[in-house]
Amino acid sequence: MNSSSAAPFLLTLVFSVAVLTAMGGALIAVLSHRIIRSVCGLALCCLGLAGLYYFLRSPFLALMEILIYIGAVCVTIVFAVMLAEPDEPVPRAHRVGSLVWASVLAVAGVLLFWGLTRLTAQAPVTVPASRASDGSVAAIGLALLTTYGMAFEMISLVLLVAILGALAVARPGRHKP
Amino acid sequence: MNPPPLFDQPTPYLTISAFLLATGVFGLLRRPTLIGMLIAGELIFSAASLNLMTFNRFFAPDPAVGQVFVLFIMGLAAAEVAIALSIIIAVYRNYRSIKTTDLADLNG
Repeated sequence: MNSSSAAPFLLTLVFSVAVLTAMGGALIAVLSHRIIRSVCGLALCCLGLAGLYYFLRSPFLALMEILIYIGAVCVTIVFAVMLAEPDEPVPRAHRVGSLVWASVLAVAGVLLFWGLTRLTAQAPVTVPASRASDGSVAAIGLALLTTYGMAFEMISLVLLVAILGALAVARPGRHKP
Repeated sequence: MNPPPLFDQPTPYLTISAFLLATGVFGLLRRPTLIGMLIAGELIFSAASLNLMTFNRFFAPDPAVGQVFVLFIMGLAAAEVAIALSIIIAVYRNYRSIKTTDLADLNG
C-alpha cells in the first residue's frame, strides 16, 4: 500500500476518532449524575470539536477551542463546583403527566426539525468559484484589524464589563474570617 | 470519479452539529441544577460554532469571515460563563442551594 492510498484511510480514522470524542463527550456531559463528570464530558467534547475544526482547515480555531473552552471555561466551572455543592439528588419517579408532556414535546420537536430541514434542503447553497482569501492566520489577523476592527474593540469592552460585573455580583457577602 | 472522503463533505459536520444541539436542549430540560444547565448551554454554543465553521469552510466566499465570527462567539461564551458562575455563587450564598426547584420566591 503506497502513501497516496493510505493517507485518506488514516485521515478518515482520525476524523472518526474526533467525531466519536465529540459525541461521547456531549453524552457524558448531559447524562452523568455527578456534575464534575459532566464538566469532564464537556472538556472531552471540546477536544473532539477541536479535531473537527482542524479538519475544517482551521488549526487556529482548534487551538483556540482548547485554550478557551478547556483551559478557561471548564476550569472556571470546576471552581464553581468547588464553591457550591451541585451534586444532584436522586431523580424522582416520573409522573404520568410529565411523561405525556415529554412525548408530545418530542414529537413536536422532531416534526419542527424535519420541516426546517426540508425547507433548507429546498434552497441549494452554491459553492463559490473562487475564494477571497486562503483562511490562514494572516488572513484572520488582517480581517480582525481592518474589516472587523470595530467588533474587535467592542468585544474587548464586553469582556471588561463581564469581568467587572462578575466581581461586583460575587463580591458582596464575603467577609474576612 | 470517487466521491470526496467523509471529512471533505459538509453532511457529517452538520449532523454532528445537530446532535450537539439536541443533546444541549435535552440537558437544559433535564438538569435540575444551575451549573448543569450552564454546561448544556455551552454545548448549544458549540453546536452553533460548528455549524458556522462548516458553512464557512464549504460555502463561504471568504474563509476568514467565519473564523473571526466563531472567535467572537468563543469570547462571548467565556464572558457569559464568568457572569453566570458569579450569579450562581451569589445564588448559592443566599439560598444554600442551586437547585432550580428551590429558587421559587417569585412563584405565584
